[in-house]
Order: sequence, then C-alpha cells, then structure tokens
Amino acid sequence: MIFKTAAELGALIASGETTSVEVTRAHLERIEQVEGRVNAFLHVAAERALEQAADVDRRRAEGEELGPLAGVPIAHKDVFTTKDMPTTCASKILEGWVPPYDATVTERLRAAGLVILGKTNMDEFAMGSSTENSAYQVTSNPWDLTRIPGGSSGGSSAAVAAYEAPLATGTDTGGSIRQPAAVTGIVGMKPTYGGSSRYGLVAFASSLDTPGPFARNVLDAALLHEAFSGYDPRDSTSVDEAVPPVVAAARQGDVAGLRVGVVKEFAGEGYQSGVLNRFNETVELLESLGAKVVEVSCPAFTYALASYYLIAPSEASSNLARFDAMRYGLRVGDDGTRSAEEVMALTRAAGFGPEVKRRIILGTYALSSGYYDAYYGKAQQVRTLITRDFEAAFTQVDVLISPTTPTTAFPIGERADDPMAMYLADLCTIPSNMAGNAAISVPCGLADEDNLPVGLQIMAPALADDRCYRVAAAVETALESRWSSPLLTKAPAL
Amino acid sequence: MSITRDEVAHLARLSRLALGDEELDHFAVQLDAIVSAVARVQEVAAEDIPPTTHALPLVNVFRADEVRPSLGTAEALSGAPAAEDERFRVPRILEED
Repeated sequence: MIFKTAAELGALIASGETTSVEVTRAHLERIEQVEGRVNAFLHVAAERALEQAADVDRRRAEGEELGPLAGVPIAHKDVFTTKDMPTTCASKILEGWVPPYDATVTERLRAAGLVILGKTNMDEFAMGSSTENSAYQVTSNPWDLTRIPGGSSGGSSAAVAAYEAPLATGTDTGGSIRQPAAVTGIVGMKPTYGGSSRYGLVAFASSLDTPGPFARNVLDAALLHEAFSGYDPRDSTSVDEAVPPVVAAARQGDVAGLRVGVVKEFAGEGYQSGVLNRFNETVELLESLGAKVVEVSCPAFTYALASYYLIAPSEASSNLARFDAMRYGLRVGDDGTRSAEEVMALTRAAGFGPEVKRRIILGTYALSSGYYDAYYGKAQQVRTLITRDFEAAFTQVDVLISPTTPTTAFPIGERADDPMAMYLADLCTIPSNMAGNAAISVPCGLADEDNLPVGLQIMAPALADDRCYRVAAAVETALESRWSSPLLTKAPAL
Repeated sequence: MSITRDEVAHLARLSRLALGDEELDHFAVQLDAIVSAVARVQEVAAEDIPPTTHALPLVNVFRADEVRPSLGTAEALSGAPAAEDERFRVPRILEED
C-alpha cells in the first residue's frame, strides 16, 4: 500500500477498494517502523490523522463530491501554522507553540481532504541546506543514513523518499524544496512566486518564500500543487490569476519542438563529475525526444549566491524581530527585575540557533547606514540583472535547464560549521527565487561515484509552471522506461 | 578583515541578541568570511541599474474595509508566556524613577 502513488491511493479510496483510514494506518505503521532511523518528523499526529481520515471516509459515504487526493496522507512542513498541532519551525523559541489559526496552505490541504500525518523537521526557520540546523534532531537521507536529506525542507523530502508519506509540503526561499528533492531522488517544485499563499507561513525572506509540493512522481506533485495553490486575498503578494494547468501538463509530458536552454554558467569547477554526467545524458535524452537544445549564457547568475546571502538575511533580520518574548513563544530571564529589552535579548540568545543568529547579524549589517548602498543596494541591482538574464533567455528558449545541485547528498556534519560551504548547495536554485519564476527538480539518475540521486532542474517563466511539469513528465517517462522502474526503487531497503 | 569583532558585538546588541564571548569570537571569524564572499556583488558595475525589491510588479494592494471575525481574547493569549486580566503581561518597559 505505501509504495503506491498518491493518484493511485486517491483512486482506490474513491472507488471504495480501500478507505482513508486503512491508507492512513498503513503510513502510520511505516512511520513507526522507520522513523527511528530517518527522523523526518518533529511531531506525528497519529490520533488526529486517523480522525481526519475517518472524517473523509464519512464525507464520501454521505455522497460528498471530493477531490482526487481526498483521503491521501501528507507530511506537512513545520513552518506552516496548524491549529491542532504544534508549529515550531524547528526552533527552541517556538517549542510547544500551538498556533491559534491555520495557514492558507493548511486550510486548503484540509479542504482537499488530505490527511495531515504530522509536521516535518527542517532547518531552523528554513535557514540551511541540510536540516542539520534543526534545534531538535538530525534527519537522515533514506538512500544513505549517514548523509543529509537536503534542506531546509529535509524532513519532508526524507518522509516522502522513505515512503512515510506519498506527499509532503515544503517552502523554497533559495532552493529549500528543489535541493532536498534532488538529493533524495524525488520530485520537488517551486511554483511562481505569489502562486501559492504565504499566509500562515512563518516568514523567513518574504520576497522569496514560496510554498510548493514534494512527491515521488511528477503527476502527484502536480495534483498537490493544484490542491493548495491559487489566489489568496489574505496574502498581499498573492497573484490573482488562475493556477496554471499543471495537472494536464503532468499527464502529457512532451518536448517535441520545445526550445530548451542549457545554462552555461552552471557547470565546471565545484560540480561533481557524476552529477554532470547524468545531466549531460539528460540533455541528449531531451534532444532524442525532439527538443531543440541550445546553450544559453546568464552571466549575472554567477553573482546570485552573493546577492541572495545579502537579501535573504536582510529580510530575515527584520522578519525575526517578531520573536520578542512578549506575545507567544519562549521567554527567558523574566525575574521581575530585568527590563523588557533585557528579557528580549536573553530570550533570543537562548531561543535561536547559530545559523539564525548569524543571518540576523549579517542582515542587520547589510541594512546598516554606511553599508546599505555597498551591500543591500548592490544585491538588489544584481537581482535586477538576474531577472534581465531570465527575460533575455526566455526570448530564445521555452525552458532553461541545469543540474539542481552541484553535488549529491553530502555526509552529515561535513559542512555543519562551515557556512560558506553549506551555502554552495543552493548555487543553481537561487536565481529562480530572485526572479520569482517557476522551477522544478526531477530525478535524472545516480552519480557514478556514490550511487546517490541527481536532480535535473527545469526553469520556466513566471506563471508558466505547467511548462516545468510538461518537461519533467517527459523526462520521467523516458528515464523510467530506460531504468524499467522509478529511480527510488533502487534505494536500499530501510 | 571586512568586519571586526567589535562590529559584530554592536550588531548583536542592535539585534537584541545577548551573545556570550565565545559565541562572539566564533561568529566574528565566520561573518568576516561571509561578508568577504558576498562583497562580490560590488564587482557589478551598476550605476544605471534600478534595484529590484520584489519579483512581482506590485504597487499597492487594497481590500475593502469590512468587519470580519477575528481571534478572541482567549485564543490571542493562548500562546502568551504570561497573561493577566485578559492582557499580555510583559516585563517593565520604563526605567524606575
């Protein structure tokens, strides 16, 4: 049961061959069996999940018209507020906090009849690329338990790759969905900025944060994308347009005549040869499927990482000011003699982990008078140049492609106290956050050196999310017929 | 050196982070490396390039000024570290005379 796709599970539940309660119970059993080794969840809500499942079964029995994912279980990133489960963002400053309201994404999961199994581990406040910055636990990559599952949405990617859930939510600020998807051999999509609601998503960098889906195949990702995306008047940066036809695109993978641009800047030094080998083979595959492949130069992309590590921390330093020990969350040192300001500083020092502190300080620096023009101002100009590179590229090609990450999953601990090395994991994913366009990662094979998954990134213009799914589906179909089964079936059994 | 330990200590105070000496020592070295790396953005000649603050060409978004249901007092206070008389109780915010 747990090895079935979300679309299959939804159909089996709809036809009455099984029930949501049975499917949910099977996944809760799987969680019980493997969670001790994977550590993907911060909170498993077994009882609540079974209640939700029973409710979906009852609604169906009463003849209610339900969507294609009704009754299917899902793992939910701990960055979305949930009024019936804790929301911690993997931070001590929010330990035990149960929000008084649901995020829009949470509400829409519930409305679609998805059963929330629990909340997944992440880098604290979504800052990181390995999930090692969680204040609670280290999550393992199901392909090799000594390696990282990517981040920041590493609990979600690990849960899906370990068959603990067929679907998961994530958020992508600089690659936090695509990079974990790539290194765990699953599909992860960053929708167009504003295409999915940020209401109730605990903010990291508001101009970049984008909720998106994880799944083990392209169609499931599209079904989930459709279920929680779309205009939300409660998010002032929400795009008031119809959700692009992502499900139809995922069903008709076809690249014949499509113009595909290979980003020239994303290769060479720092790229693992096994990653480049699989990427180059996929380029040939696309050509054999009828795509017209050309090389495209996007020179500003080489400055994207530097620009991102000024813009994202700047926004974070402002957003995280809300954790002031007054209205919710941790309070430390309130002994009746200390001032509010002293309590605030003690609480924030005790409640935030090292990466969060580094970024708050870095952002405060970049926004300081005297440095603003040289750092934040320049970073914003680079952002303009990146957007222009995309615009110029999309006059020549329909999609751009690159490896999703420069390397496969690295060992736990390897980059934990070396921020700059960690930041390099997001080298190829950051430009799409800066420009706000759509981008997906789909598995394209295993690297020769370590037999670990490699991801192909497909980038499309803003609001052309369906194009990502169309190309990803074509690649998935062709590769699975070559491999004779999905990539994930090659992972060692847990 | 692009950023000094003293600067990091000053920034930590501005950010309301009561950091210890060891933490400051550690962060000062790491932040110096990070600031040196991100300073690359200054290589881009950019006199005439407008800054981008946001991916979307949004100006202002308005909504109708309607009365809608909101959180009740009990819900709003449900996560408070301390509450009293249906209010958030906070440490003193004014100096004593």
